[in-house]
Amino acid sequence: MSNTPTDRRYAKSHEWLKDEGDGSFTIGITDHAQALLGDLVFVDLPEVGTALEVGSDCAVVESVKAASDVYCPVTGEVIAVNEVLDGAPETINEDAFGAGWMFKIKLTDNSELENLLDAAGYDALLAEEA
Amino acid sequence: MSKQTVLYEKHQAMGARLVPFGGWDMPLHYGSQLEEHHQVRRDAGMFDVSHMTVVDLKGGGVKSYLRYLLANDVERLKNSGKALYSCMLNQQGGVVDDLIVYYLNDEWYRMVVNAGTTEKDLAWLARQSGDYDVTITPRRDLAMIAVQGPNARAKALPLLSAGLQQTGAALKPFNAVADGDWFLARTGYTGEDGFEIMVPGDQAAVFWQRLSEAGVAPCGLGARDTLRLEAGMNLYGSDMDEETSPLEAGLGWTIAWEPEDRDFIGRPVLGRQRKYPQKKRFVGLLLVGRGVLRNHLKLFVGQRQIGEITSGGFAPTLERSIALARVEPDIGETCEVEIRGKRVQAQVVKPPFVRNGKRLFS
Repeated sequence: MSNTPTDRRYAKSHEWLKDEGDGSFTIGITDHAQALLGDLVFVDLPEVGTALEVGSDCAVVESVKAASDVYCPVTGEVIAVNEVLDGAPETINEDAFGAGWMFKIKLTDNSELENLLDAAGYDALLAEEA
Repeated sequence: MSKQTVLYEKHQAMGARLVPFGGWDMPLHYGSQLEEHHQVRRDAGMFDVSHMTVVDLKGGGVKSYLRYLLANDVERLKNSGKALYSCMLNQQGGVVDDLIVYYLNDEWYRMVVNAGTTEKDLAWLARQSGDYDVTITPRRDLAMIAVQGPNARAKALPLLSAGLQQTGAALKPFNAVADGDWFLARTGYTGEDGFEIMVPGDQAAVFWQRLSEAGVAPCGLGARDTLRLEAGMNLYGSDMDEETSPLEAGLGWTIAWEPEDRDFIGRPVLGRQRKYPQKKRFVGLLLVGRGVLRNHLKLFVGQRQIGEITSGGFAPTLERSIALARVEPDIGETCEVEIRGKRVQAQVVKPPFVRNGKRLFS
C-alpha cells in the first residue's frame, strides 16, 4: 500500500506540487526524496517574488552527506516560503508532504500541470527506480 | 564487487543502509546519522571497522625497519601495548598512509592501516623491508569493532574475558592489551573515550550482538565522519594524500625530528619544507553565515584565493557547519567561502571543535 498522497502531482525529480484551491500551489520534496537524502541540516529557499522557470534549480537541500538541488516543477512566481525550515530543516525528514513544505508559487501556465505525474504514476516511477 | 565484513549480516538485520567504501560494503547509517552521532557523544556507540587492516610485523629487525619506515619514532614506545600515531611517507615527503602502530615486544609490532589504501600499503611495506629481518602478516582473520562514547568502556568491559576485564579496566589512553587473538586498545576516531577491539572473525557477530544488548548503538560511517571532523582528526584521502606533506596537513606534531641522525623515508624533503616560509597552514573553520561547508570549496580574502576546504560538513554537536582547510600562511582570523557562487563568512580557528563531549566553540 502506497503512502503517496493522491491530492497532488509529482515531478520525476521527486518534487510534489499541490493545488491549494486559491490560485496558489505548494511545492515540496517527496518522502522518498528525503529518505534518500538522510538527515537534512540546511535548506536554502528562493526569495518571495522570484520568477522561476519550469525545471530551474530553485532551492537547495543539504543533508549531513551532500547538497542537492530542488527543481521547480512549474513556471511561476514565488509567493511564500516556509520559514520554519530555516531553523528546523529536519521538518522535511519528519513530514515531507505536510509541515515540511518548501514554498508556494503562483502558476504562469496551468497546462504545465499535465506534464506532471499523479500518485500512481509517481509510485510506478519509484518501483522502476528501486 | 565490494567485499563484506563478517558483520555484514548483522548490519542488514539492524537496518543499515550499506554503501561502497574503500572496496567494502559498509553501513552509512542505521536510520539517522545525527542520532548516531549524538549517541556517541552522550552515551555509547559502536562501529564496524573491520574493513581496516591489521598488520603484524615480527622479527629481530622490526624496530629498525619501523624507525626507517615511519615519520614518527617507534623508539618512543617503551611499554608493551603502547600505541603511536604516525604517517608513512614516500620519498617526496607525501603521505602514503596514516596509521597506528602498537608495540607488543621487541620482535612484534602491530599496525592498523586504512581500508582503501591496504593493497598499496602492503606493497610499500614489502618494498621497503629490503634486508631487514621482518615478516609482514596482514591479519585478515581479525574483525575490529570500535566502541566509543562516555559510557563505552563501562558497557564493553563486562562482555570481555575475565583477564581482559581486569587489564582493560586499568588501560590508559593510547594503550592496548592482548589476550590470545583478542586485542583491546583504548583508542578511537571520535574524540570520545572508548575502545577499539580486535576480535577473531568467527566471534565478531556474537560480540556485536552482546554489545547491542548492552545498550551500545550501532553507528555508521556517516556518524564516524562527523565525529572525527568535530574532533579535528584528519581523514586520509581528503585532508592529506601522497601529494601532501604532513607539515601542510596539521600533522607536524607526528614527525619525530629527534634524534637528528635517524634516517626515515621522506626526511630530507621534510627537513627542507620545514624552513619554507610560504608553507601552507592547516586550520579549522566555523561557518558564520548560512549554508554548509563542503570538501573542495574555495576560500578567499578579498579577491585573493587563500585556500581550500579539505573536509567540511555539518557538526551536529555544535549545530553549525565546520571544516578543515589548507590555507596560505598569512590568513587572518576570518575569510570568505564561496558556496554556489555566493561569498559566506567563516571564522578561522584551531581544531579540535569538540573533545570528550565538550563544545570548544559555541
